[in-house]
Amino acid sequence: MSESISVRVNGKIVSVRAGSTVAVAVLASGATCRVSVTGQHRSPLCGMGTCFECRVAINGEPQRRSCQVLCEANMEIETNG
Amino acid sequence: MDSVKHLRFDVAVVGAGPAGIAAALAAADSGRTIGLIDDNPTAGGQIWRGAYNSARPSASSIWFDRLNKSAVQIVRGARVFHAAAGELAAESDDSVIQISYGKLILATGARELFLPFPGWTLPNVMGAGGLQAFVKSGLEISGKRIVVAGTGPLLLAVAAYASKCGAKVIGICEQTTRPKMARFGLKMMLIPDKAAEALRFAYNLRSIPHWTDCWPVAAFGNRRLETVRISRQGQTSEIACDYLACGFHLIPNLELPRMCGCRLRESFVAVDEYQQTSVSGIFCAGEPTGIGGLELALVEGEIAGYAATNWEDRAKHLFAKRARHQKVVRILQDAFPLRPELKNLARPDTLVCRCEDVPHERLCEHASWRAAKLHARCGMGPCQGRICAPAAEFLFGWQIDSVRPPLFPVRCSSLVALSSHSAPRN
Amino acid sequence: MNKPAEVVIVGAGIVGAACALELSAEGLRVLVIDESFTSAGSTGAAMGHIVVMGDSEAQFAITRYSQILWDDMRDQFPTSVEFDPCGTLWVAADEEEMREVRRKFDYYRERGVSAEILDSQQVRDAEPHLRAPLAGGLRVPGDSVVYPPCAAEFLLQKARALGARVIQAQQVAAIGKGVARLADGTVFAAGFIVNAAGQSAPKLSPGINIKPRKGHLVITDRYPNFLQHQVVELGYLKSAHSLTSDSVAFNVQPRKTGQILIGSSRQYDAENSAVDESILARMLQRAFEYMPDLSFLSAIRVWTGFRPATPDKLPLIGPSPQDPSVLVAAGHEGLGITTSLATAKLICAQILGQRPAIPIQPYLPSRQIAAEAHV
Repeated sequence: MSESISVRVNGKIVSVRAGSTVAVAVLASGATCRVSVTGQHRSPLCGMGTCFECRVAINGEPQRRSCQVLCEANMEIETNG
Repeated sequence: MDSVKHLRFDVAVVGAGPAGIAAALAAADSGRTIGLIDDNPTAGGQIWRGAYNSARPSASSIWFDRLNKSAVQIVRGARVFHAAAGELAAESDDSVIQISYGKLILATGARELFLPFPGWTLPNVMGAGGLQAFVKSGLEISGKRIVVAGTGPLLLAVAAYASKCGAKVIGICEQTTRPKMARFGLKMMLIPDKAAEALRFAYNLRSIPHWTDCWPVAAFGNRRLETVRISRQGQTSEIACDYLACGFHLIPNLELPRMCGCRLRESFVAVDEYQQTSVSGIFCAGEPTGIGGLELALVEGEIAGYAATNWEDRAKHLFAKRARHQKVVRILQDAFPLRPELKNLARPDTLVCRCEDVPHERLCEHASWRAAKLHARCGMGPCQGRICAPAAEFLFGWQIDSVRPPLFPVRCSSLVALSSHSAPRN
Repeated sequence: MNKPAEVVIVGAGIVGAACALELSAEGLRVLVIDESFTSAGSTGAAMGHIVVMGDSEAQFAITRYSQILWDDMRDQFPTSVEFDPCGTLWVAADEEEMREVRRKFDYYRERGVSAEILDSQQVRDAEPHLRAPLAGGLRVPGDSVVYPPCAAEFLLQKARALGARVIQAQQVAAIGKGVARLADGTVFAAGFIVNAAGQSAPKLSPGINIKPRKGHLVITDRYPNFLQHQVVELGYLKSAHSLTSDSVAFNVQPRKTGQILIGSSRQYDAENSAVDESILARMLQRAFEYMPDLSFLSAIRVWTGFRPATPDKLPLIGPSPQDPSVLVAAGHEGLGITTSLATAKLICAQILGQRPAIPIQPYLPSRQIAAEAHV
């Protein structure tokens, strides 16, 4: 499949291949997913739902593990910092 | 409040990677009802991630094809967080799913071992399998500079794959010794199906430098990774790169097997020749019984599927094939032991627990994992110690404590759904 | 070579640690022996609520005395202790419970404890996630919250700085007649032995009546500003009173990390420390009745702990009936963290032969013998 999907990461439109995960959209946008308890910017580590570094808000719902959520057209993704 | 769905299967399989898919399909031959439960949006586990919907043919295509044509019910996006006798509880985005089963096959796979070193928490430092997972999930790496580091055959697979996707893989930093690496290559060649694969790897990787006795010492960067410092046979050097794909081989996902009461042998789930665990009616296949790669996972899965549906003859027919691939387990153990230098990579201020930002020096104050957890908070974050506990085990020799529900963080409302579960076993 | 200890304290939980500090501060040579590590027992599972309670004069006296002591120390605590003067909000679901609110208000006011009655609207303003309608509540601003394992460790560190010795990972097999004997045979002689061994206290001082009351707690991920106070239902009092049946009560606590601690449950005769799914579900359902939004929060961990309970719900602080050189400091039920500092003061006063700051009679272990009317 070469079709692409558009989502918004922190308000910015990002285009990804259909079948991509939200984590990939965040990475592609250049944003980091979250800020740690001592203020470090963090991006995903494990790619399989165990490290919890990929948590972002998707369509208003916070703390979603983005590496396990597929992008859907017009999704609103907000990173935590 | 959540809705609660009730599903019932003759055989429930947890984990839709190769072992789980093979188990489900073998079990489906019996005509019984089979459920295949996985927390990802599509089947495939790690090694076949993203391949399910891919139009490009691959090794997994045949399996996915069979899965699609079978009567196996795939329960996607469902994270199992509790097990009681004959029942599992899983959480999905909008509901709790209570799954009752006659037989259970656990194919929960493995995850990477991460060892802390200065800068390992920088964005774009990922697991080796982690980077591969992201690429398979749509990450574009064409033209990106990548250093692959850590240990184990996964590094070769990741390097080959990344290279195929157009990345510039600058080198593979393998911590094992040159002789061990050479022996690994030779031994793998002697396993029938592996020889061709080994040659293919060697060809794909021919232009990528492979360094043994080599490991990452530190990662640097402003807001994300910019440079990796590696140690190679006593010398350090720095490599500018976009991604560091670093993982120190695989560790089995034992949380669900342990919650089910399955006995362990040498840190893996103990199973008999039919892949049955110490708990009658519960089977286990794939990496949790021993890290042995794809073919072993497939044949173990098949055996478990047949055994769970009382088709011992078919299972027996696969014993010889399993024995051949079982050799991989020992080969990997011999080839990639972790060297003691890796214990000294972390500085006092290097974080060990990423969820709670607990540095190495705080863990040093304690004599056990439990004490470190209570006093320094490591392992108290949402990953429940999945990332930091194995590192702490390696660094300090600690035994990690018992497993308690929920196996993953779940909505508080999901815990209420457990009230109908039977009392704990043992 | 170290001079021998004058006091051996068995147990390095919150009570043992508080005793170690108090005695060391009085210039006594103290040795603390713990079978595992600090706070490995009930202290490690505890909620850490520092609360003034008024079920009885004796309970009020010791909780109030101790709460003041905690407040007096607040400027010394490192951040790891997570001291938070968030106060308690007791919530009333109906008019009967509002009567209890007024009774408590009067009771506290007469005794100099600052409190404020809140009506239905005010209680929701104080805690927006509480459901409507509630009858009202009582805010007690002087109560606070600590993180028990680090609080105990802090007390122990201060004791060490004053010369106390701590031995960990050694089990004490027997105490009495001026001696504490380890399981490995090592013997420590001391003028006084303090039995602060929590769940193991009855083993070391046979005849004292302490029974474990199992509790469950759930901790969530971080949701800063979700909760302002420790919020407890007044029905809690009905739960804590029952001596025989399993019960749950709404009791939630904000931690400085932004995590929410959700409790509480009480079970007698619970066989083991495994999570009991059924009572956990009941406990959470009770919590959702008061605070529906809790149901959406992510629960990271569930654990159990055992409160050491006495039949009259007061702790045992004083000489063992069998041996006056053994001082029992145990049986604090759900008020161990709160009353640890006062317990230490009372133990110290008894050892030094000084007048205790509050009457000691209600807490003396000898009362249990009298109550049981032994021959």
